[in-house]
Amino acid sequence: MTSNRLSAWVSGLLLLCFALVPLYAGWMQEPFLLTFFTRVLVFSLAALSLNLILGFAGLVSFGHALYLGLGAYSVGLLAFHGIDNGWLQLLVTVVACAFVGAVTGYISLRTSGIAFIMITLAFAQMFFYLVISMKQYGGDDGLSIAARSQFGGIDLSNPTTLYYVSLVFVIGVLFWSNRLIAAPFGMVLRGCRMNERRMKALGFQTTRYKLTAYVLSCVLAGVAGLLYANLTGYASPAYFAWALSGELIVMVVLGGMGTVMGPLVGTLALLSCEEVLKGMTDHWPFVLGPLIILVVLTARRGLYGYLLKGDAS
Amino acid sequence: MTASLFLIQLINGLQLGVLLFMLSAGLTLVFGIMNFVNLAHGCLYMMGAYFAATAYAHTDSFFVAGLAAMLGAGAVGWLIEKIIAQHLYTRDHLDQVLATFGLILFFNEIARWVWGASPYYMNVPPALSGTTNLLGVMYPTYRFSIIVMGLLAALGCYLLISKTRVGMLIRAGSVNPTMVAALGVNIRLLNALIFSLGGALAGLAGLMSSPILSVQPGMGEPILILVMIVIVIGGIGSVQGAFYAALMVGVIDTAGRAFLPMLLREFIDRSTAQAAGPAIASMLTCIFMATVLALRPQGLFPVKNG
Repeated sequence: MTSNRLSAWVSGLLLLCFALVPLYAGWMQEPFLLTFFTRVLVFSLAALSLNLILGFAGLVSFGHALYLGLGAYSVGLLAFHGIDNGWLQLLVTVVACAFVGAVTGYISLRTSGIAFIMITLAFAQMFFYLVISMKQYGGDDGLSIAARSQFGGIDLSNPTTLYYVSLVFVIGVLFWSNRLIAAPFGMVLRGCRMNERRMKALGFQTTRYKLTAYVLSCVLAGVAGLLYANLTGYASPAYFAWALSGELIVMVVLGGMGTVMGPLVGTLALLSCEEVLKGMTDHWPFVLGPLIILVVLTARRGLYGYLLKGDAS
Repeated sequence: MTASLFLIQLINGLQLGVLLFMLSAGLTLVFGIMNFVNLAHGCLYMMGAYFAATAYAHTDSFFVAGLAAMLGAGAVGWLIEKIIAQHLYTRDHLDQVLATFGLILFFNEIARWVWGASPYYMNVPPALSGTTNLLGVMYPTYRFSIIVMGLLAALGCYLLISKTRVGMLIRAGSVNPTMVAALGVNIRLLNALIFSLGGALAGLAGLMSSPILSVQPGMGEPILILVMIVIVIGGIGSVQGAFYAALMVGVIDTAGRAFLPMLLREFIDRSTAQAAGPAIASMLTCIFMATVLALRPQGLFPVKNG
């Protein structure tokens, strides 16, 4: 079996399991399971969006939580003013993320390396402080969302509906990423990661490609934020926090950077790991921190990368 | 009234500036020479503050507290370099970000475990508890001593880097580390030394700030962001640049916090202005950095090559 076939099998099986989660949770009377797996899906979507620029184009954005937060606050602010129309919220999310992404991306992409990491972090911090300063919208405490988004007949206040909507988004992005890897646009992005100077010499305007990828990634992360706000019923400044940006990077790298399924696998692994450790001890970061370091030092290809490599020979 | 208020805020800004310098001097060398992104530097500051507060609570001696903070944080820095960082110098920044992110989780949890989640306080030493007359304004002696200590640290850094053999190697390393190694210098020892020196300076900053701030888990992260901003503005690897940038950021941040709410009160109601002021002040430093990066990606005072 080639590694491609294996990866298709594993992906299919994993997605099938994901599709069956609500049935299982309903059957076992465990609503907690449904919430947990919705969180996995939502963060997978965010990690998939980050993978687009981190894994394919090699841009280490350390402020991706910014767009998650923007999505969440698009829901929160509109709901606060009594607008629970999901389409409108989605429109606001997409426009806000695309605009902020285009402006910050245009500035950030002038730099590279350490400076790029720092400037993306600084932009995220800026919005973090901005949200905290919005006293009339909860400030530090965040914003509780009374009414969930209504997409015509689709009501996101139903946990199962929210789960399947998230799953559809994740599958859609997975499918799209799979096409992107082989598409000219994706090829250029991957070329930029490997040797940008050569791509420029070949006549590609690399910055334009990277900016497009950056904005697309921001919009997708915003959609994840919209779903996350519907899951928690809350929009908090913590969604902008740099710790969340760090966790998103961990998810992508843990699963396998630049692979299609990697972010999903990484998110599932990290969140499950957190959940198990939380059950065992209050001091779970004490174990998780060294675990992350160990993964970085030893498993450079990520979990999904290992799976593929193991069969490649 | 306004003149003295202005002066006090300026001195407050200097005080924050020298604290930022103590934190960024070591880190900018780690960035510049080893090309290593160390997000865990704030943890060294936190550990230094805890060591200082604990030692002071047991001995009542500020000197012992200082020794504990600097030696303790320096030792932690040395361990981090030997166990983790030295394996990551040749890796890309992403791996370094991740590993040090793991370190942050680890150290914050250690602090929460050993010292508890609630803030830990350290008293101002009695000898420094009064006020000092500075150009006609009364200013707390302890805060003034922070400035003195920070300037002494800056002087020490300057002497070390420009007048000693170790400093010469550090300067050489910041321009071309491979060449320094090729000339037979034990670059691994030098790296560990820089790491623990940076740790000791961070410990010193922890010591000086623990009587005026509460010592608590995660205290290193908010200030780390400011330190990163300082380093990027000053030019990565440049200690001199870090000094100027630290003072600038310290003054901008403090002045923004002090004067923006007043300014905003002219336009919006009082409570909103009170809340928005500090936030916008925090944004100011980020905006400052974004502007510098957009116009001069190498920073304001970059290390000169060749």
